[in-house]
Amino acid sequence: MPNLEHPAYPAADLLRLESLVPCRESQVSTLLSIFGERQQLSFPSIFIYGHTSSGKTYVMQTLLTTLQLPHVFVNCVEHFTSRLLLEEILIQLQRCSSGTEQASPVHCDTLNDFVRLFKQAVASPGLQDQTLYIVLDRAEQLREMEANILPAFLRLQELTDRNVTVVLLSEIVWELYRPNIGCFEPFTMYFPDYSIGHLQKILSQNHPPEYSADFYAAYINILLGVFYMVCRDLKELRHLAALNFAKYCEPVVRGEANERDTRKLWKNIEPHLKKAMQTVYLREISSSQWERLQHDGGEPGQLKGLSAHTHVELPYYSKFLLIAAYLASYNPVRTDKRFFLKHHGKIRKTNFMKKHEKTSNHLLGPKPFPLDRLLAILYSIVDNRVAPTANIFSQITSLVTLQLLSMVGQNDQLDGPRYKCTVSLDFIRAIAR
Amino acid sequence: AHDFRSTSDDSEDTGLRFVTCQSLWNQIKSETEKIQEDLNKQLLNNLVSFLSQAHADFQEKTTEWSCRMKFREIPTAALVLGVNVTDHDLTFRGLSDVLQDNITPYVALLEAKDCPGVKNLMQKLMGQLMNCDIDDPLEDEDCVQVSQNRIRCSMPSLISWYESVTKKIDSETPSKKRNSSSRHCQSPPVVVIFKDMESFTTKVLQDFIVISSQHIHELPLVLIFGIATSPMIIHRLLPHSVSSLLCIELFQSLSCKEHLSTIIDKLLLTSRFPFKLGGKVLQVLINIFLYHDFSVQNFIKGFQLCIVEHFYSQPLSVLCCHLEDIKKRVHSLSHDQCENIRRLPSFRRYVEEQESGKQIALLTNENFLKEETEKLLKDLHVYHENYVSILRCLHVFTSSLPKYPLGKQIRELHCACLENRVWETEEYESSLQLARMLNKTDLVTMLQRCVEILMSSSGKEFDRTVEKLKEFLTQFQNLEAEASQERDVSVPSQKELQKKTDLYHLQKTLLELKESRRSKKLTKFEMLRFEVVDYIDSLVRRYLVPADDRTLHEIVYFNAAAVLRGHLNAAPRTALHTALNNPHWYLKNQALKCDGGGISNKAPDICIVYKLHLECGRLINLVDWLEAFSTVVMAAEEPNADAASSDQVDDIIHARFIRAVSELELLGFIKPSKQKTDHVARLTWGGC
Repeated sequence: MPNLEHPAYPAADLLRLESLVPCRESQVSTLLSIFGERQQLSFPSIFIYGHTSSGKTYVMQTLLTTLQLPHVFVNCVEHFTSRLLLEEILIQLQRCSSGTEQASPVHCDTLNDFVRLFKQAVASPGLQDQTLYIVLDRAEQLREMEANILPAFLRLQELTDRNVTVVLLSEIVWELYRPNIGCFEPFTMYFPDYSIGHLQKILSQNHPPEYSADFYAAYINILLGVFYMVCRDLKELRHLAALNFAKYCEPVVRGEANERDTRKLWKNIEPHLKKAMQTVYLREISSSQWERLQHDGGEPGQLKGLSAHTHVELPYYSKFLLIAAYLASYNPVRTDKRFFLKHHGKIRKTNFMKKHEKTSNHLLGPKPFPLDRLLAILYSIVDNRVAPTANIFSQITSLVTLQLLSMVGQNDQLDGPRYKCTVSLDFIRAIAR
Repeated sequence: AHDFRSTSDDSEDTGLRFVTCQSLWNQIKSETEKIQEDLNKQLLNNLVSFLSQAHADFQEKTTEWSCRMKFREIPTAALVLGVNVTDHDLTFRGLSDVLQDNITPYVALLEAKDCPGVKNLMQKLMGQLMNCDIDDPLEDEDCVQVSQNRIRCSMPSLISWYESVTKKIDSETPSKKRNSSSRHCQSPPVVVIFKDMESFTTKVLQDFIVISSQHIHELPLVLIFGIATSPMIIHRLLPHSVSSLLCIELFQSLSCKEHLSTIIDKLLLTSRFPFKLGGKVLQVLINIFLYHDFSVQNFIKGFQLCIVEHFYSQPLSVLCCHLEDIKKRVHSLSHDQCENIRRLPSFRRYVEEQESGKQIALLTNENFLKEETEKLLKDLHVYHENYVSILRCLHVFTSSLPKYPLGKQIRELHCACLENRVWETEEYESSLQLARMLNKTDLVTMLQRCVEILMSSSGKEFDRTVEKLKEFLTQFQNLEAEASQERDVSVPSQKELQKKTDLYHLQKTLLELKESRRSKKLTKFEMLRFEVVDYIDSLVRRYLVPADDRTLHEIVYFNAAAVLRGHLNAAPRTALHTALNNPHWYLKNQALKCDGGGISNKAPDICIVYKLHLECGRLINLVDWLEAFSTVVMAAEEPNADAASSDQVDDIIHARFIRAVSELELLGFIKPSKQKTDHVARLTWGGC
């Protein structure tokens, strides 16, 4: 029973479309009813949002290509300036209308030019009496371009006086887009996350040709059991499924179990998947290294992950500078005299010490400190005398470039630069040893 | 670029010195380059195999199920290079050369400072890639055309460029095709190297990775991240959604300390180069390395400075040449140079030790002097050869002792030996003590290694030493056989002990046993061990004499540590303070020579203003300052000047004061303050 029904499009196409977009039938049918028939004017702009990999891009693309609607598909991250974006739309439009791959270069700097050139391009016979769809993927980038880009796209239909619909795809809600001066409100549409059942259905769809669908579905079931808690990204799950499938099949290939022996297979794969969650999923080791390990049957323990290499070797004074910076960042100024002076006098126990007892300085994060304080602490923690040579100062700068210190408010170099220490206590412990 | 000639006459062989210095440096330079190449070879090979693998998988089996299903990640090499950023340039240059020879002509090196935004990054990337096959004559015209059209810096244009380039390789003439395909595979990957990963902004990296991951099917891209700290930085810079687009493998370069050890081993502990570093100088260089920068490049630069300084400042350094040239050079020495030799402290010491007849000959007869000099220089050469071999032997011993009293690295031992008589130090004493407690297996392996070192050394004197050491080794072997017999002897006494139950007798035998054990403490093995250690000690005393004790060491050893420190350990604050506080130091004008803390009015205005400002607190009142300034300046001029005019400050003095103060502001000592009107704030601290 086909869920998608629309008088304007052939039933065969709709059926194919339905098979291609599992678990998104309702969204597709809503979209279809908004689109209407080919020649009908549609809503000027549609805003579709939903979490990462909830099928926004995929559904739009499949919908438009399957029904052979004229469209332009542009990724806003890739075309990072308005000029690149507009030119790319026009180039794709040329291809759309003429049907050839070759496109002559276009020059389009402003939106005014764009509207003019757009009208020219749409005038071609191929596009005349159909709705043209412009899909802008990752539309959140539009906010960072010139202020007129987003409002103009939202009412492009009105500006060009042509049959065009702009579709924005984004991961964030519309409220974060709305400019101060107000704009045309698009039709917003939400793509909910896939549920575990949806994921199961979608992932099981592409089973390898050598094995039966049921066998693969059982595998996906186990996989989701392990990974669903941490990862709902369809792309990532599919990648993980492909990576570990060979291991799952191993007992079957060796003849120790048949395809229905789910319990045995589960016992074989489960610890393996858990290990994968700690390593490959976090990109501690790369997937090609993981595959090699599987192939050789070695233990993942042999291969150290990225975070195993935390130790950084630093020159002698750099170490002390970093320690001094850490102390300056996390100790309040008033304790300096007590900690770093030989004759600091009696420690007065006052009330204000107790007031702050609860909030640890580590929870508050590093505080900025001036260069002079850093050097003063350095002189007091290094045993022998340190001459303030150029080498010491250049070391501070190189620590900044290594991102171990960071500079705060770098506008005035003369005014005594201020720094922050950005490393953790563990790191300091490691180098202080 | 530089010539040591200061005057036209060449009595001190300046020309020859310059040539010698140049050729020596060129030798050392090529040697260091070779060492570095060897050290990086392993790393580069690993990287090359990774890169050639990276895209091969996908090209072969794109139709297979698992490959279709798998998300296609960008192959990425995380290259951990250590914090010595100055050395990275050389590594990257070597890397890109190797890549261009073996894998792909398309290599782009990106630096963070060129890429504040994605746009700049793409521009830089495309600029580097599209120029990289400029040697192709056909390509030239295209490039010009493209640049005239002001290429659009976007991924599609990069891809179309890549397609056209790879197509061109395919359609080229057969001879050329064979040539290129032998070196590069069919569709060579495009390698993008991020030189300093830490300095890139998160957004630029993220956007670039997201963009390129969308086009990975059309453009086989490989990323290389140059990381100075730890690979954790990848996770800090990139969120999971981005890092999941990468297939990261880790590569680690050699630690810079090991690198330095190799350099020292190959450059200093060898008799190949006539020039030597003195103990203090070496210590300065090593300290800069360990305390400040970890940079091997800087160490080599420092070494170069030593060479130049030595040949420049020491006229006799003309004799600092290879053994074959010594005879010729000694005999062509001028009269002045002979005098220079006679003036050397070590030579004077030598002369004083000779008998009177020879003394006179040395001081008056030039030919005799030259003969003697040649002999002494050859001795010095032999001394150095022996020194190195024995130093290595001693290092074999000291490096395995607990707590390393003489240092773990051979460079520490080398410094200790150069500095003073090592056998007079406490550390040496304690290490000998420890050596006397070594067990047999260790001792035997050490002796064997010493034999190997001495056999491979070029010194001729070691035949007897080697024999002696071998003799020790055979004695140790004999001991083993004896030891088994001894064990048999000791068993009956134990039995006797068990037999006697009488308390008195038991006590007596126990005492006896104890006595015998004390006297027998020196078993044969222990005796032998003492002998070995004593022998090593004698070798040390004979060969590891500090270089300062050798005659004519000034010719070959560079010892001006203070000069070097002045050049390398710049202290800008101190220098500035000296210049302003004591202008005589730099200006060398007798009038400026002042005594004590007084302020001379002849000093430049800025010095006067500086000295006055030292006496002030954090905020300085400009009016008071001007008053003080005019008082100082007027002091020398007629004291009986008009009382009226002293009230009103002279316009010229006022102008001079304003200029001096703004100069101080420019130097960063003061800045205008908003807290109080007509006040400036001091920026320096602890200056007074």
